[in-house]
Amino acid sequence: MYVLKSLLTISNALPVLVAATFIFALTRMKKQPLWAEAFRRIGRNKLAIVSLVVIAIYALIALTDSFAWQDNKDKPPVSLLMRVFAAAHVQRERTYSAPFAHYTTGEPHPHKLKGWHLLGTDGAGFDVLMQTLRGCHTAMIIGGFTSFLITPLALLFGMSAGYYGKLPDDIIQYIFTVVASVPSILLQIALLLVLGPGVINICIALGLTGWVGLCRLVRGETLKHRDREYVRAAKALGASNTRILTRHILPNLLPVVIISITLGFSGLVLSETILSYLGIGVPAGTGSWGNMIDGARLELARDPVIWWNLTSASMALFILVLALNFFGDALRDAIDPRLRSN
Amino acid sequence: MIGYIIRRVLYAVPILIGVCLFTFVLFYLTTSPQDLARRNLSAKNPTPQQIKDWEHTHGYDQPKWKQFVRTTEGLFLFRFGKSDGVGGQRIITRIKQSWLPSFEIASLSFIASLLVNLTAALVIAYFRGTYFDSAATTLCVIMMSITYLLYIIVGQYTLGRLMRITPVGGYLPGWQSLHFIMLPVVVAVVAGFASDTRLYRTFILDEINQDYVRTARAKGISESRVLFIHVLKNAAVPVITNTVSAIPGLFLGSVLLENFFNIPGLGNYLVDAINNQDFAVVRANVFIGALVTIIGFIMTDVGYALADPRVRLE
Amino acid sequence: MHSPILKVQNLHTWFETPTGTARAVDGVNFELYQGETLAIVGESGSGKSITALSLMQLVPEPAGYIEKGSIFYKNRDLLDLTWEEMRALRGKDIAMIFQEPMTSLNPVLTVEKQIVEAMQVHGTATGAEARKRAVDMLNKVGIRSPQQVVRQFPHELSGGMRQRVMIAIALSNNPQILLADEPTTALDVTVQAQILDLLASLQKELGMSMLLITHDLGIVARVAQRCCVMYAGQIVEEAPTSELLKNPQHPYTRGLLASLPSRARRGQELYTLEGVVPPPTRWPKGCRFALRCPNRMDICKNVLPGETALSPQRRVSCHLYNSDSAEAAVPLENPS
Repeated sequence: MYVLKSLLTISNALPVLVAATFIFALTRMKKQPLWAEAFRRIGRNKLAIVSLVVIAIYALIALTDSFAWQDNKDKPPVSLLMRVFAAAHVQRERTYSAPFAHYTTGEPHPHKLKGWHLLGTDGAGFDVLMQTLRGCHTAMIIGGFTSFLITPLALLFGMSAGYYGKLPDDIIQYIFTVVASVPSILLQIALLLVLGPGVINICIALGLTGWVGLCRLVRGETLKHRDREYVRAAKALGASNTRILTRHILPNLLPVVIISITLGFSGLVLSETILSYLGIGVPAGTGSWGNMIDGARLELARDPVIWWNLTSASMALFILVLALNFFGDALRDAIDPRLRSN
Repeated sequence: MIGYIIRRVLYAVPILIGVCLFTFVLFYLTTSPQDLARRNLSAKNPTPQQIKDWEHTHGYDQPKWKQFVRTTEGLFLFRFGKSDGVGGQRIITRIKQSWLPSFEIASLSFIASLLVNLTAALVIAYFRGTYFDSAATTLCVIMMSITYLLYIIVGQYTLGRLMRITPVGGYLPGWQSLHFIMLPVVVAVVAGFASDTRLYRTFILDEINQDYVRTARAKGISESRVLFIHVLKNAAVPVITNTVSAIPGLFLGSVLLENFFNIPGLGNYLVDAINNQDFAVVRANVFIGALVTIIGFIMTDVGYALADPRVRLE
Repeated sequence: MHSPILKVQNLHTWFETPTGTARAVDGVNFELYQGETLAIVGESGSGKSITALSLMQLVPEPAGYIEKGSIFYKNRDLLDLTWEEMRALRGKDIAMIFQEPMTSLNPVLTVEKQIVEAMQVHGTATGAEARKRAVDMLNKVGIRSPQQVVRQFPHELSGGMRQRVMIAIALSNNPQILLADEPTTALDVTVQAQILDLLASLQKELGMSMLLITHDLGIVARVAQRCCVMYAGQIVEEAPTSELLKNPQHPYTRGLLASLPSRARRGQELYTLEGVVPPPTRWPKGCRFALRCPNRMDICKNVLPGETALSPQRRVSCHLYNSDSAEAAVPLENPS
């Protein structure tokens, strides 16, 4: 009974909510001709479909890692992913061991391993495959939640600057010029020192530096649409500014914004590794490819070289980012043939 | 044009004040002067009087707005004052020592990247529509999907450790510095290659489909002249915008590369200062960073006007 | 008349599109004689511009390509030339001017550079001589202050001025043949007339041949001695301009002429050609005009009409004039 009760937590509800919103938005979009056409074009693009499947697999793994429940009151919650590994009898070892090895590596007297590890184990004896899969969760949160923070901020500021012009435009332009003038890495370091480590704090830091680019884009697009005939016509019919912005201009901005977010997602996932390197990344104990790659700096200097940690984490990161990039390009080509990359 | 530049420089002043305010507020959110004093005083358990004295010598006892006015004024006059850290070294001395390695790495990788990427983009554009083109663009996407960190790690491991072409890290001044900055520059160029090359290719292809290219061909101009004279001159406009807007990105490069390869540049200085919560140093570095960025923005506009006769700066 | 300077035979220029092969130019034959102006008239999408680009071999690649045919110039088939040999001819023997003077000049190069370049690449003039010739050329095309204009950039000039610069570039090497692709379409009506007169007088002065691509029969009447009417990738009628205007034979040509406003038919409703040109990926099996033709016969739906020579200078592709398709021709209800 307690198991069921511990399932009903906010952290378990959140991923379901996100997935549900996403699917709802997709079904709504499918009814609009522009998006229906875009979906059809993506459907014809094999590379885009493969990329989408890859992204979906990562998202699924991330989901299994976000559902956690307690077995009884005294134990900490354990995620579905960890339970799968526990059920497969993947145990913690003493220290490093190579993939498929039977003995540990790097000890003067190698110990026999308790189990069998597809991608070996890391310094703390954890199974590298499990650690790598746990990284999906972090990557998805950093990409997804940061985009979620950036978008409303950029839309609000960008649209009001572009639409109202004059003083609001001057103020907003001033703010984003100030933010853009500080090299973003400095800002991120500083913010993370203020906020302290943590996945959500990383999202906030990345969001506060990342909104500027999207905001500038939205401002420019709004400026373009503001003087179009259909906006003038709406004005002539007596539509309020809010109505023009939300009903007329916003739908026209969405394609550009969605393309920009999709292509920006991969950049956000990549910046996690850089923050980890600077020691302000995800705290230890949370799955993180950044920490795994960062750790490889010392591991490569060891004898024998510990390469599997670096390889698994960077391959996992690489495949996700590659799929995101391919999908983003396909999406851009499908939505706006004028912006085609080829 | 000169009037325009003057106005842009004047506009830079409120921006820089904004940057100072931003850093100031951010700093006071992080920490308090008492913490700083405790951290930086050599005594193990400093007395309240010692702390007060420290605050007084570093000016943290004044009202906040006075502190802000005083420090901002100092920054604008390039009087950076003394470090908050142990010993209270003069910041300007340290900056004078460490700007050169940073500048060497940043400028060399900037110029090398521009040349390499533009050439590569032109070559790819020359073979547009062929298998070479699609192979190259796919390779670019693949390279873009690799984290900067991996480029650094693998670069150091292969060039430094396995092949022993370059030292794995460190720095010596003078001509020997070239030996040490070679590896960081190569890493920076390779890591930045894909995204810029792909972008430049798009810029060039946009131009190739313009009507004036058809006119040029109708004149009987060779394909390479069309590409290198007519198209390149027009594509220069977006390329300039892109390269100069990448200047803030150079800081990321310098912070990572200097830190990793243990080069005593500004990036390294800054990361140390942030870790030690040395506000005076952070302030100075952020100010310089913003200044360089703003100068870069102004240079973009000027370059823009020089490259495109249709642009009038007013 | 002497032998033709340019002879186009059975030219096919096709495009690969997502919806299939578009046969934009599909079997075009014509001859251009020394010193004459030949007009190719047609609606947009009839393939007239692509015909001109095919002569220069500047069809937009890789989608477009010349499928078959031959283009004889000075007894050589241009389609047999290498890319380099063809390049040597472009701009020197055969020059071209385009429809859009606003975008057809390179925005970042001065007028002088763009004219001088045309001479430099062909070695007809270099250095100071080329610069002097550039000024002369601008003078010749009726630009009043050439010394000043050479230093200017295209965006500083008006549309008419830009088209004059285009002409100066095209004529800087004294070409044998000038291809003018809708040279006045984008210009104001008053400027149009000036440019046409300029082209006509320069042609006479330089003794070159001109192939004028246009959709405007008014322009044809003004400058062209002979005229080819193009429809759906093929030439349907060829005749001396005066005869064509007076006595059009092909139902399409008659429709075109009837749909022009004219003083003689003042007060009457204008004739309209029903329907549109079919898409070039799906030309009809028979006569391509059949669906819109008021004189449609059974044979038109299934058999593509061949050329019928009406006189040494006139030919028409229509079953009405083909003695093999013996059925009685139903006369056109004269719209006028």
